Amino acid sequence: MNDETNHDAQKQVDEMDAVQANRPTVATVATENSIEPDHPVVLSMRNLSVYYGTFRAVRDVDMDIRENEITAMIGPSGCGKSTVLRSINRMNDLIPTARVEGDLRFHGLDLYDSKVDPVEVRRRIGMVFQKPNPFPKSIYDNITYGPRIAGTPKENFDEIVETSLKRAALWDEVKDRLSESALGMSGGQQQRLCIARAIATNPDVLLMDEPCSALDPIATGMIEDLMQEIKSNYTIVIVTHNMQQAARVSDRTAFFTAQIDSENDRRTGLLVEFDRTEKIFSNPADERTENYVTGRFG
Amino acid sequence: MTATNWDITELQGSPRRQQREKRVQAVVFSAALVSILLSVMIVGSLGFEAIRYITEVDLSRLWDRGWFPRNGVFDLKTLIVATLWVTLIAMVVAVPLGLSAAIYLSEYASVRARKVLKPVLEVLAGIPSVVLGFFALRFINPNLVESWLENANSSGNMISAGIGVGILTIPLVASISEDALSSVPNALREASAGIGARKLTTTTSIVLPAAISGLVAAFIVATSRAIGETMVVFIAGGAADTALFASNPADQGLTMTAAMASLAAGSDEVVGSGLAYGSLFFVGSILFLVTMGLNVLADRLVRKYRLEY
Repeated sequence: MNDETNHDAQKQVDEMDAVQANRPTVATVATENSIEPDHPVVLSMRNLSVYYGTFRAVRDVDMDIRENEITAMIGPSGCGKSTVLRSINRMNDLIPTARVEGDLRFHGLDLYDSKVDPVEVRRRIGMVFQKPNPFPKSIYDNITYGPRIAGTPKENFDEIVETSLKRAALWDEVKDRLSESALGMSGGQQQRLCIARAIATNPDVLLMDEPCSALDPIATGMIEDLMQEIKSNYTIVIVTHNMQQAARVSDRTAFFTAQIDSENDRRTGLLVEFDRTEKIFSNPADERTENYVTGRFG
Repeated sequence: MTATNWDITELQGSPRRQQREKRVQAVVFSAALVSILLSVMIVGSLGFEAIRYITEVDLSRLWDRGWFPRNGVFDLKTLIVATLWVTLIAMVVAVPLGLSAAIYLSEYASVRARKVLKPVLEVLAGIPSVVLGFFALRFINPNLVESWLENANSSGNMISAGIGVGILTIPLVASISEDALSSVPNALREASAGIGARKLTTTTSIVLPAAISGLVAAFIVATSRAIGETMVVFIAGGAADTALFASNPADQGLTMTAAMASLAAGSDEVVGSGLAYGSLFFVGSILFLVTMGLNVLADRLVRKYRLEY
């Protein structure tokens, strides 16, 4: 099964350009209760640990992230979920002391292979951050930043801007002021702009690091709806502090927690349980998960 | 029912402490007042003498063959052109070097490299300008300028002086630019990297534009510093206390500041009420207005960029 998946993934890498140009849309995802065949694995983590210097921030992460699904990572603060997320698109490389151990594969390729260029990885695996961080540029220029640096011809920009903003459910609100500064938008609009900006380069995977934590409930609802809209085109991994959000939006949920390491007395995050979201929230296998999702801890 | 009524002494505090507070306030207030008064007096004395000079001088003498104040010839363009050349050359040296150093320190340097390099930059800022003046005259002029331009004046010229002033202002440009770059929120760098931009792209497309008003402010402050720099141009400019008009930067040049310094250093009739004496204040007023204007402009720009993002 694993070999087959890898083989499949390998083929996909070869055909990536074709895939980028003409992404196949997966048929409507079946309702949560019905048994559906598993989607192909896009990202696989085996025995993953992330260190900052000598400090092991998170350990024992084993997860398969599947195509066109929303995978949520939940858990208390300091459990390493954001750290894991940022190791997926090698954003941790920006921190000089950060180091990854274990296996992290994207379409079967080792993401931490010395031949891999982190810049190329980030073009395929986009990211939306906790706080909306639009560039101090126009709405239009925010969207075209990615395509511009990727060398996309300028003729396509208008279309990319329109498609991305429509997917991010922002087009109707901003279509008449594309040349205005993105900083004049509301927080919720800014975050949707950041999503539009991230999908403008047509990534394979979209990582979202607590994308709604700075937003009000209405803006949060809009982002959640938007995630459902776009998941047929992308694979989404979301870190959230909000358990209801994970339950509402995700197909699979990973529960992380932090434990005192016996070796050095420091708190290290670890993956406790990873399963279908409904199982995590209704019938978790691990007691720690149950305590957390029922609100007895964390 | 209300609780017991208190006597006012309960909440009056200690009168001695209040007295002391008032005395401290008076002391610091007078210190502030003295510095304001001093500024007013400086501006006043400059302005008063400058106005007397401009009403007494034969105006045609302000546009003549050169700057010979003791002979009543006060050609302003001699000083202005020399000042502009020196400032321009200084900025051509200081802006690229200072800005590159700032980009390195803010975007590329590791924490350890920054720890070492920032103090080194500040040492450069601490070099007395008289030392740099001699360096410009004895090293830069013979080794760089004269070997490159045959007709360069060997007793000093505007190019050597400009390069010297430029070196002097590099730390200033670097330090203010670095502040401007560092105040660009890290979230923007992360956003850019997250989209797949390389560091160079992030720096040129995101960080530099976001910091632009701060950077321009840095260049303006450096320009104003270069215009006001005296010792380097006095030593390396090649002109004594007088100069014929020269438009070629390889010739000797007398900047406004150097003209003032050499006049003030003279021990003859300048100390008195002659026109030469008045010209010192007139040129000083121009210099003051130009640098003040530039500093106000820079201040505005800095305020503007603080308000963004």
